[in-house]
Amino acid sequence: MEHTTKNKDSISHVRGTSIFVDDISEIRGTLQGLVFDSPVAHAHITSLDISDAERCTGVVKILTYNDIRGENQIGGIIQDEPLFAEKEIHFQGQAIALILAETLAEAKKAQKLIQLTYTELPVVTSVRQAHKNGRFTNASRTFRKNDAEKIFAKCDYVFEGQVFTNGQEHLYLETQGAYSVPLENGNIKIYSSTQGPTSVQKATAKVLGVPMHRLEVEVNRLGGGFGGKEDQATAWAAMAAVGTQITGRPVKLILDRHSDMRMTGKRHPYESDFKIGLDKNLKIKAYTATFYQNAGAAADLSPAVAERTLFHATNSYNIENVEVTVHSCKTNLPPNTAFRGFGGPQGMFVIEAAISKAAEALGVSAHKIQELNLLKDGDEFPYGQIASETLIQDTWNKAFTTFDIEKNIQQVADFNSKSKYFKKGYALMPITFGISFTNTPMNHARALVHIYQDGSVGISTGAVEMGQSVNTKMVLVATLTLGISPEKIKIETTNTTRVANTSPTAASATADLNGKAVEMACKILSNRLKTESARLLHLTDIKQISIKDNQVFVSEKLVEISWEELVLSAHLQRLSLTENAHYSTPEIHFDKSKEKGHPFAYHVYGTAFTVVSIDCIKGIYEIDSVKIVHDFGKSLSPALDFGQVEGALVQGIGWMTMEELLYNEKGRLLSNSLSGYKVPDIFSVPKIIEILPLETVGHKHAILKSKAVGEPPLMYGIGTYFALENAIKQFNPNYKHKFNSPLTPEKLLNALYDNHPNEF
Amino acid sequence: MIQFILNQKLISTETPSGENLLQFIREHQHLKGTKVGCREGDCGACTVLVGTLVNNAVEYRTVTSCLASLASVAGKHVVTVEGLNLSDGLNQAQQAIHDHSATQCGFCTPGFVVSMTSIIFDNPKQYQPDDAISGNICRCTGYKSIEKSVNQLDRILNKTEHSLSWYIQNRFIPEYFKEIPERLMLTRSDITPLKSDGMRSAGGTDVYVRSSDDLAEQNIQYLHEHNKIILTSEKVIIGAGVTVSQLWESDELIEILPLLRTHLRLISSKQIRNMATVAGNFVNASPIGDLSVLFLALNSELTIRNNSGSTRKLPLKSFFLDYKTIDLHPDELIETIEFEKPKSNFFYNFEKVSKRQYLDIASVNSAISFSFDKQILKNVNIAIGGVSAVPKYLTKTSEFLSDKKIDENLFREANDILQSEISPISDIRGTESYKRLLAKQLLFQHFLVFTQNMSA
Ligand SMILES: Cc1cc2nc3c(=O)[nH]c(=O)nc-3n(C[C@H](O)[C@H](O)[C@H](O)COP(=O)(O)OP(=O)(O)OC[C@H]3O[C@@H](n4cnc5c(N)ncnc54)[C@H](O)[C@@H]3O)c2cc1C
Ligand code: FES
Ligand code: FES
Repeated sequence: MEHTTKNKDSISHVRGTSIFVDDISEIRGTLQGLVFDSPVAHAHITSLDISDAERCTGVVKILTYNDIRGENQIGGIIQDEPLFAEKEIHFQGQAIALILAETLAEAKKAQKLIQLTYTELPVVTSVRQAHKNGRFTNASRTFRKNDAEKIFAKCDYVFEGQVFTNGQEHLYLETQGAYSVPLENGNIKIYSSTQGPTSVQKATAKVLGVPMHRLEVEVNRLGGGFGGKEDQATAWAAMAAVGTQITGRPVKLILDRHSDMRMTGKRHPYESDFKIGLDKNLKIKAYTATFYQNAGAAADLSPAVAERTLFHATNSYNIENVEVTVHSCKTNLPPNTAFRGFGGPQGMFVIEAAISKAAEALGVSAHKIQELNLLKDGDEFPYGQIASETLIQDTWNKAFTTFDIEKNIQQVADFNSKSKYFKKGYALMPITFGISFTNTPMNHARALVHIYQDGSVGISTGAVEMGQSVNTKMVLVATLTLGISPEKIKIETTNTTRVANTSPTAASATADLNGKAVEMACKILSNRLKTESARLLHLTDIKQISIKDNQVFVSEKLVEISWEELVLSAHLQRLSLTENAHYSTPEIHFDKSKEKGHPFAYHVYGTAFTVVSIDCIKGIYEIDSVKIVHDFGKSLSPALDFGQVEGALVQGIGWMTMEELLYNEKGRLLSNSLSGYKVPDIFSVPKIIEILPLETVGHKHAILKSKAVGEPPLMYGIGTYFALENAIKQFNPNYKHKFNSPLTPEKLLNALYDNHPNEF
Repeated sequence: MIQFILNQKLISTETPSGENLLQFIREHQHLKGTKVGCREGDCGACTVLVGTLVNNAVEYRTVTSCLASLASVAGKHVVTVEGLNLSDGLNQAQQAIHDHSATQCGFCTPGFVVSMTSIIFDNPKQYQPDDAISGNICRCTGYKSIEKSVNQLDRILNKTEHSLSWYIQNRFIPEYFKEIPERLMLTRSDITPLKSDGMRSAGGTDVYVRSSDDLAEQNIQYLHEHNKIILTSEKVIIGAGVTVSQLWESDELIEILPLLRTHLRLISSKQIRNMATVAGNFVNASPIGDLSVLFLALNSELTIRNNSGSTRKLPLKSFFLDYKTIDLHPDELIETIEFEKPKSNFFYNFEKVSKRQYLDIASVNSAISFSFDKQILKNVNIAIGGVSAVPKYLTKTSEFLSDKKIDENLFREANDILQSEISPISDIRGTESYKRLLAKQLLFQHFLVFTQNMSA
């Protein structure tokens, strides 16, 4: 069954009537919050004088850690992150105080009068330095399969290398923000732009020193999240709530773009070392890698991100001997955090680099090595899960045949032999991405479904809508399960009083988890209504009853009972029209003491073929095409799923090309605005993006067999990096792989002329 | 008091004329459809249309409202996404976005709707449809669906300019647009009180990025005079207040400088080009100012007038003294910039390399002009940005190249001289060595473009 469903919010989006946090009508008396943050990356605070600032017109209160009634602590996994700095500053942009004023203009004037004195401490921004100093945010981890070190000695070829992948700014178009409103009896309602309403509620309760039930967290939608609002939306919500707790007034806190970029963490930069061993048939026999993750000044989600790097360290390949280690290095950068792919992309880049290095040295095409080592059913991942329903080879083969890749490769070669100053390059990028939170206890969700007596339906889940169309998918699930039209279904805001103890909207798993819960609740309601139909029709068996198109059918024959009549009748029979269902992913488990288990409900597979062109005079490039065969399972909504692939791909390409995070040695972010940090615009995306769904039966743990799609396609973007390096080699035969991303025009031009055999 | 029409509503406000339009729309008028993404002109989420009455018709252009002053919309029609909504369903741009699922989180979408609707106000002979959205960033979709939406509009419009009533009938804009010309005639367009000691702003794309908060609290000097391009038989005279878009749309200018549109496409975005003035670019005095480099290579001359009305002329290359220091007294204003109208056998080229090809600041940019007579270069003027404290006119390199026979080696040799004239520093736009390499490459690129043009 194929739907050409639209995003259910698309009408209000295009009309400008969708409401984001900053658009909520303010209650009279609302105070505006403005953060005062650290100008240096590492220091002892010697004094903080807010007295002049507090006397400014319009300023109601300036909050510091002294105003916190509970604990000054918002660390999620590890309790190492104060809301406001106390004695020490650990990164530039760390919050020190919150100015509350009648207007933002007044707050800005006061901000200039806050006086902070400090003694600076040595700043560490490099992971190697942090590693040397033994500074980590959390324990290092190692995944092991057999004995790689031993096998290297038996390999025909062994290659080693180093890799750098830079971080990435989320650049959700809507900056971070929250609006906190006092209710009676000290209760507070927080409107937050967060992927994790429960995280906000839990952390804020702790900061305020109140039980969780005193706080209601509501999320309408996000103007983009990409992981950046999984954990890092919490601080602003907590600060606003402290403001409300102290002043009794509503407090709005919206970060401007500069503050957002300066104060929040990003995708983790990684430095990595690899060693790869192959036999003469190009089978990868052994692989080791050490990942130095730049965690920043606090753990945040780094332990979980680090873990996923290990889970995806061998990408789509079966390797018999593996040892991969990750160190979460503590530096004086803002705490780095979740970003679409969640450490997976960093891990995959390194194995791709290792393969390219081997290919370069052996004079073969990287894709030959890739192809020879693809996973098959029955292969064991380094973390113990046995590959099943493996489709990587299928996507690879289909890409080769449908896109005629061999011919494309020949055309690239022909072009290069004729063109002097323009060159083309290509790369293949297979992906295998595991779906589930790798922290098994997080894989659950609930849905609360009300059928109102007029037949309209309201559904609450723990899923947060941030553009990925999860709410539209929830409507589809309910539509199909209840047999009614989508107009009858409303998806409510995500609110902790309706659905509690939720996992954040992350790990691509949200539609699966919440969708399954919606499906369960709707099934129960549907059965109850069928029973009611049976009563009305004097039938004993409900098996022959179905509900479709807002009508009751008996043995596929229409009977004269509409959905509305049936619902009203059930209501009058005093039947419950509300269900609350709970779903937790079956089968998954993982034992961290052994680093083995079966952590993923299933994997998503795909293969991308990328062709790029470079201008060897100016050192600029274009992406000619990215052609993808992707495993959607049985897509619930191809239009929406294709959008996820395109968006993720382009984000991945941005990460690999123009998005360059720059910190100086003092830990100051230099790429601190949209003019200094470039994300793809319409002219920089591939000229052609072709997406071909692999025809499959889907997976039983995927919602209605429609596989998760949010994160995996980001990693197709990695192909662009390797295609560019491939093109460089066509111009500069002396060029050796650098594995230093992003490959900006600067690096590209340098690569073209560095050590070039000819004079120019 | 400032008057203007916001969507259908006549606004009369005592708010200081320096208040920022975006702030006014969202916070004073509570129209929340226009979004705030950056307040620096770099994302397009705040895009609105501004309609100016010209000869009884209204000319609409997109601007980033975060950089527009209230002064700049006095007597004009400002249209936000709310003002494009039809009472019965979606307008064409909205429909196209809906049809192609070109909205995900929706935060960028109102800006795209406004920009895409503005395609109807562009001359299809001068613009490609996607020029209209060159200043809109979307972090979700990857743009392919947006491209399809734009193509859908392009198909409906069929590269033809239609009448206002056609656009209304065909659901591009709402009915009320019809009454706007008449209503604007009745709207006061003056900006009072105009305090001469207020901060100055022309397009505002420089000053509002730096000083929006200060500007918001005062009545500003809005510099909007001298906005004509005049071509005489000898000269091209461009008013200080001419915007980049006006340069783009001047078919006469394009006749003289055929590649100019390709060059201007590399400068900021449509929204910014609609606001940014030439004088603003010179006075901003950024070492990588694109217009400064463009006009340096045309060997241009400024006319500067002071408060008491006397004028002086100054070659543009003498205007830039040191980093962000210019030869301009506080009581002076630039009036025009002019250059000699090129004769036949004239070549002009501009090159710019930045991290992102479009809507980005150059790492290095360079422009060149010369005439040629049987392969001999004459009157070479070459300028370069990003490699010294000011946009740099390369005196020695220009001299070296003049009166020589054009060939590849000449340009290779000229590099040594060029390198001696520049002094790049490492910053976020590139390391010193990269900028030196790029300077060399762009010099050579000028040669390549010339030879390609000759062979074409
Ligand atoms: C998103 C964005 C992208 C940009 N991209 C580019 C780019 O690609 N290339 C580039 O070169 N620039 C770029 N800029 C910078 C800017 O747009 C240009 O420098 C522009 O030309 C400035 O003109 P303006 O009229 O907007 O200046 P304003 O901000 O109005 O004024 C700038 C200064 O010029 C003074 N001034 C203006 N007119 C006169 C006059 N007649 N006499 C005396 N002083 C005067 C003002 O007092 C002020 O000090 C960009 C800016 C933004 C926001
Ligand atoms: S808010 Fe980004 S361009 Fe105006
Ligand atoms: S739809 Fe989210 S930024 Fe465009």
